[in-house]
Amino acid sequence: MKNWSALDVTLWCILALLITAVVAIAIGRARWARWPVYGASLTISGTVCAYSLVHLIAQPAVAWATVLPLGLPWIGANFRIDALAAFFLIVINLGAAAASLYGLGYGRHESAPERVLPFFPVFLAGMNMVLLAADAFTFLLSWEFMSLASWALVMTHHQEEDNRKAGYVYIVMASFGTLALLLAFGLMAGPEGGYAFATMRAHGTSPGLAGLVLALALLGTGSKAGLVPLHVWLPLAHPAAPSHVSALMSGVMTKVAIYGFIRITFDLLGPVAWWWAVPVLFAGAVTATLGVLSALMQNDIKRVLAYSTIENIGLIFVALGLALAFQGNGMKAAAALAMTAALFHVLNHSLFKSLLFFGAGAVLTATGERQMERLGGLLNRMPMTGLLFLVGSVAISALPPLNGFASEWLMLQAILLSPELPQWALKLLVPAVGAMLALAAALAAACFVRAFGISFLGRPRSDAATGAHEVDRLSIVAMAILAVLCLLAGIVPAVIIDAVAPVVQALTGTRMPVQTDVAWLSIVPIAESRSSYNGLLVFIFIAASASLAAFAIHRLASDKLRRAPAWDCGFPDQNPATQYTADSFAQPLRRVFGGFAFRAQEDLHMPLPGDGSPARLTVRLHDLVWEWIYEPVVRLVNVLAERLNHLQFLTIRRYLSLVFGLLVLLLLILAIRP
Amino acid sequence: MIETSLIDGISIQLSQMLLVLALSPLLTGLVRKIKARLLRRQGPPLLQPYRDLIRLVRKEAIVAESASWLFRIVPYIVFAATWVAAALVPTFATGLLFSWSADLIVIIALLGSARFFLALAGMDVGTSFGGIGSSREAMIATLAEPALIMIVFTLALVAGSTQLSTIAGIMLSPGVGLRVSLGMALIALVIVAIAENARIPVDNPATHLELTMVHEAMVLEYSGRHLALIELAASLKLLLYFSLIACVFVPWGLAPAGAPLHVHLIGVAVYVAKLGVAGFLLAAFETMIAKMRVFRVPDFLGAAFMLGFLGTLLLFVSRSL
Repeated sequence: MKNWSALDVTLWCILALLITAVVAIAIGRARWARWPVYGASLTISGTVCAYSLVHLIAQPAVAWATVLPLGLPWIGANFRIDALAAFFLIVINLGAAAASLYGLGYGRHESAPERVLPFFPVFLAGMNMVLLAADAFTFLLSWEFMSLASWALVMTHHQEEDNRKAGYVYIVMASFGTLALLLAFGLMAGPEGGYAFATMRAHGTSPGLAGLVLALALLGTGSKAGLVPLHVWLPLAHPAAPSHVSALMSGVMTKVAIYGFIRITFDLLGPVAWWWAVPVLFAGAVTATLGVLSALMQNDIKRVLAYSTIENIGLIFVALGLALAFQGNGMKAAAALAMTAALFHVLNHSLFKSLLFFGAGAVLTATGERQMERLGGLLNRMPMTGLLFLVGSVAISALPPLNGFASEWLMLQAILLSPELPQWALKLLVPAVGAMLALAAALAAACFVRAFGISFLGRPRSDAATGAHEVDRLSIVAMAILAVLCLLAGIVPAVIIDAVAPVVQALTGTRMPVQTDVAWLSIVPIAESRSSYNGLLVFIFIAASASLAAFAIHRLASDKLRRAPAWDCGFPDQNPATQYTADSFAQPLRRVFGGFAFRAQEDLHMPLPGDGSPARLTVRLHDLVWEWIYEPVVRLVNVLAERLNHLQFLTIRRYLSLVFGLLVLLLLILAIRP
Repeated sequence: MIETSLIDGISIQLSQMLLVLALSPLLTGLVRKIKARLLRRQGPPLLQPYRDLIRLVRKEAIVAESASWLFRIVPYIVFAATWVAAALVPTFATGLLFSWSADLIVIIALLGSARFFLALAGMDVGTSFGGIGSSREAMIATLAEPALIMIVFTLALVAGSTQLSTIAGIMLSPGVGLRVSLGMALIALVIVAIAENARIPVDNPATHLELTMVHEAMVLEYSGRHLALIELAASLKLLLYFSLIACVFVPWGLAPAGAPLHVHLIGVAVYVAKLGVAGFLLAAFETMIAKMRVFRVPDFLGAAFMLGFLGTLLLFVSRSL
């Protein structure tokens, strides 16, 4: 039997996914259709994930390439797998496998399975193809494939007005992003049309053009990843899809965009210049802070998660920006640290964001509600979902000993290396970025205290929440696997750092010191006297001292427990409406940050004495990005369309004279510049 | 040779863990006593916090009917995270066995974990007081934590390390001298310590007036052994911040790694003296100042954040001069 490379396997798997999609069209309406479709995508994703893992660990320096007779006739369709692609294949197919497993259970409640099942495997195939593509044409084709499939999934419940709007905004932004990428690749290909990545890598790009390509790449991949101000579609579209697709879009598809950015800047564009870091750091820091502030103001739990994705994308871009800054100054070890932090966070975010979206989907299944204001008390009714959602919340809030903390700790360590950067622009920018990173991390913790506390704790705020029941086993298993991975990645980060080392080696030319040799599986970015962290020990210490305290108190003092009505300072109120709500929880933070970030206005209407009408508090928030950037553009487009509309109603003489005029103009241009 | 240093390390680590646990209620009692004396009251005895704790753990715990399982395990998590954090800040010696397992950022994040769970517990019963406490705590934390990270940046840039024992060592060395950044970091750290420990003017540890509570509102539903653990964790946190300030800014008397026994004993004595001075300063400060409105707290903590940021920026800029 032939010895198969990860590339062959993945290509065959993509074909299998496409066949699954065709089969799904035929059987989509059947009640049992989710079993073969999700079962197939689970098997296929698992296979690709396993083969990529073997590739990354066993032969990271080897790159397999192949050319298929598709696509542009003079270069064909190039596919290639190297360490970077293998790493992202693992991330994406891990998320895809978890989503398929979750879909097996969750899909039962889908009202229109024939709109989900065919597009789900196509979406997975599209993402895998982007990672393997090794020429501009294949890359863009796969990119569009991925965009359109996810658009179709967003439009699953197109009967709802909001979802139609989300789909419209998404397709416009996705087209814009692809246009930017098309231009970026066009510039890199040069006038000879060297569209293969190998050609681009070989002849490089001139420094002036490189700046333009960087801007276009930032626009193109940033619009897919959700960089501010290109993020507007994300909080609309991600929640609109079914929850396992939301998890794929938020946890996984954004990572494909990150892959695109890394591929272009670190691999294809030639030697890195330090100033590339400036726009990337700036965009990343603004995205992180604005994303998490917006998340704090939302009441729809899936929308909270979508905005939190924007925050995490910002964090990843900050780490990539640091890597660019170090790389441009030849500080290889620091660049390797920042790049490791970025890749580690890519993996972490895909794990906990998928977990949280699955949890939100479970809540949606159990209660039919996405509004946190109508949830509450779910931890007593859905203990497993609650526990797993809690694990995801702790992980995403960057608290030790879970995985989110490990990667953010690496980012902070990278920032602490940056005073050595020689450029003043960076010297002034990086501390500010560090401050915003710290602010974003603290706000994320507040955001998830709110999300978990309002949805799962307290007393139920609606009948739907009162009658909630635990969801099916398969959904729970899917969430539990991700939660365990979050914990493992948090307590033994050394293993993951060493696993991504070949990728970092390929991108920055060096790697972090080998971590798994350090005693007790600590991580030591530079030197032990400088900084080190041991998640395993911290975890063991906390578990041991908590158990010790519990044991000592129960054994030596008292273990009696009595249930009684709540104390509430002597005035308990039975009405659950007296609890704090999501809006009231966010009120202090809205007063601190809202005036600046959202122009928040609070109007209090108090009735006159003797008037029996209730007092009213009206809060108005403005989406400044939408109002300042998008609305003017929309108005401009409308005005132009209005003007151009006149051209439709001209007489035949006018049209003929216009054609004649244009012909003369073109001839003149030819005459002047032959 | 290695074995003796290992045994030394273990014994120092263990004695530090027990020392912080044993001293923290005393520190709380001391601050209360000095405050009372400054107000010309007799005040409770110094050992009253110990008696309170013992009384509380012996009582049966009363848990609200609407509370979930999370409510019952949070006190243990909060206590454990705070204790682990307090055990990793050098108090009387720098040769802690496990100091390499967590640097200053991890210590801060451990306190963040404790607060995360305490805020959740405040919301668990579903009363309005718990919510108000958690919500305000979240606001204070989102301002205090970045300020603290900025202070860590300043210290780490001066010392070239985020390990507390290394930072203390560098601060002891004559090369540091007086620096503007360090002064800013000290002021910022004091502000953050006041806010994080729910002291006046940010919060009042002795109040039970509804609208002025933050920390007390969060833990209002706790009783018995659960309350005892949370009170103990609060005392530990106060001790931790005192130890942190002492270890970084007045590191004199810290026994270096491998020092003989009597140096360690001197270290303990010096540490207790430092705690006494710090407790007196805190009590005097709290007596002299009035509590501020909740929405003045952002300005107060914003000042700490800006000081920390300026300190960091100065170090970034001065690196090339």
